[in-house]
Amino acid sequence: MADIKKKARPKKGGNEVSAARKAKHGGILTAIFTVISLLWLSPIFIVLLNSFKRKAYIFRNPFGISTVSISKGWERWTEGVKKTFVGLLNYKNGVQLTQFWKSFGYSLLITVGSVLLIVICCSMCAWYITRVKNAATKTIYVLCLFSMIVPFQMVMFTLSKLADIMHLSNPFGIMIVYLGFGAGLAVFMFTGFVKGISLEIEEAAMIDGCTPIQTYFRVVLPIMKPTIITVGILDAMWIWNDYLLPYLVLDINRYKTIPIAIQSLKGSYGQIDWGAMMAVLVLAIVPIIIFYLICQKYIIEGVMAGAVKG
Amino acid sequence: MEKAIRRYWPVFVLPTMAAFLIGFIIPFGYGVFLSFCKFTTVTDWKWRGLENYRQILFVNGQLDTDFLHSLWYTALFTVVTVIIINVVAFTIAMLLTKGIRGTNLFRTAFFMPNLIGGIVLSYIWLMIFNSVLEKYDMTIVTTKWSAFWGLVIVVSWQQIGYMMIIYVAGIQNIPGELIEAAKIDGASGWQLLRRVTIPLLMPTITVCTFLSLTNGFKLFDQNMALTGGNPGRSSQLLALNIYDTMYGKTGWEGVGQAKAVIFFILVAAISLIQNKLTTSKEVQQ
Repeated sequence: MADIKKKARPKKGGNEVSAARKAKHGGILTAIFTVISLLWLSPIFIVLLNSFKRKAYIFRNPFGISTVSISKGWERWTEGVKKTFVGLLNYKNGVQLTQFWKSFGYSLLITVGSVLLIVICCSMCAWYITRVKNAATKTIYVLCLFSMIVPFQMVMFTLSKLADIMHLSNPFGIMIVYLGFGAGLAVFMFTGFVKGISLEIEEAAMIDGCTPIQTYFRVVLPIMKPTIITVGILDAMWIWNDYLLPYLVLDINRYKTIPIAIQSLKGSYGQIDWGAMMAVLVLAIVPIIIFYLICQKYIIEGVMAGAVKG
Repeated sequence: MEKAIRRYWPVFVLPTMAAFLIGFIIPFGYGVFLSFCKFTTVTDWKWRGLENYRQILFVNGQLDTDFLHSLWYTALFTVVTVIIINVVAFTIAMLLTKGIRGTNLFRTAFFMPNLIGGIVLSYIWLMIFNSVLEKYDMTIVTTKWSAFWGLVIVVSWQQIGYMMIIYVAGIQNIPGELIEAAKIDGASGWQLLRRVTIPLLMPTITVCTFLSLTNGFKLFDQNMALTGGNPGRSSQLLALNIYDTMYGKTGWEGVGQAKAVIFFILVAAISLIQNKLTTSKEVQQ
């Protein structure tokens, strides 16, 4: 990110007066953007705040922290604060109601497993169809392109029934479904990268006696690392947050991913335990924020690379 | 080398293609086929020709406006979100490439909501909307327009950061000399934007416009979690309308599948237009 920032900075002119004016201008913009950024993220802060509140006060007083105004005196105000907050009760309820940690485990297992499967299988496939030119590999490529423009609604009914028939309605089976439905984009992106790799290195490896499989894993795969990260991040974001596909494919009485668990907090008549909901939302957001802060550089790069594909 | 690799297809291609067959080819082909049938599971189909497609619009000879309503509701929603998302994202991107202090932090903040999935996002906003609207004795689904603007806010909040990142990349690719030259020639800020920056950014603008267009068209999670299509079915976007037809009414599975085929054709058409536009732009440069 640092080098991007440097590039973004306009070249400083020799004129000191204009530089000083720019700095002043920049200071105001920084202040404005600080406020806007905080407002931008305020929904997350509000959820965090409300996750510690007594259920009844979430709707009555979503933005405040006390039941009485501070003008009524300090003591009554602190009493109001005590009345508003319940500590970790919502978290206890939320985790219990949704079996959150179980869902977290399933979400993690499905996301990591599917992404690994997609990245390995699709990069292999992409390498093969770029290196071997015939009618079959050409057809595969065109089919992959085609699958990218098909919305999920088109296949959801038949896909979920097929997955059921083939006993894929479990966390491991759904990895195969994700590999199949995600193959189009992944193969497309890997193919774009493989086309740019020069043949010489691979040929040298083969002449030295490597089998194609050895060549692939020892030579090609390491070169593909940047694209692997891009595809991995794009697919991880998709699968972690996906709702409809796992809802239709998985046996949801047994396996609930986080989005499914959250949606199931809404009762059949539409009533929601908002205390528990707030807590579960916070628990769902925190891992994402941690992941984002750790992999920020790759995520931003992945987004840029992913957008180019259109 | 090609010869040596060729016979290794069971290792390299077979796993992906087997999954692709299960996850895409068969469901797609069978889905198209079933759109001409009456069925409740995948095995009890009965051929009925174009009847499903007719039933999208006409039920017992009466015009059924459900699908048409969600079609134009989706179109309107898409147009509004495309404009809001792109204008705001572009503005923020312009301001965040001026090298002001804290740029990286601001970009991080704006991008954050994009990583949160549709379901989580919708419940965050549902709480905020309903607690504010409660004071006016309303909820987000009191009218189809409150639902509409609720959805617009949620989707904009989610996607502005994403588009901003793409615009930032585009703006940084503009050669600095061009801007300098225009400035020396005495171009005002507005002229610079209108005559230099925007024309050079056209490829990026096309990509972002179409990304937000298809995102708007295919929107499902937020629609289901935030409004559920309420009040009535009046805030149903196309994807939810299809889902509702397929799983909500027994005996209508075929009609739902036929709607899905129409939906697919619409989305494919948008993608093809985009593809044509981006390739023709590339030739120009």
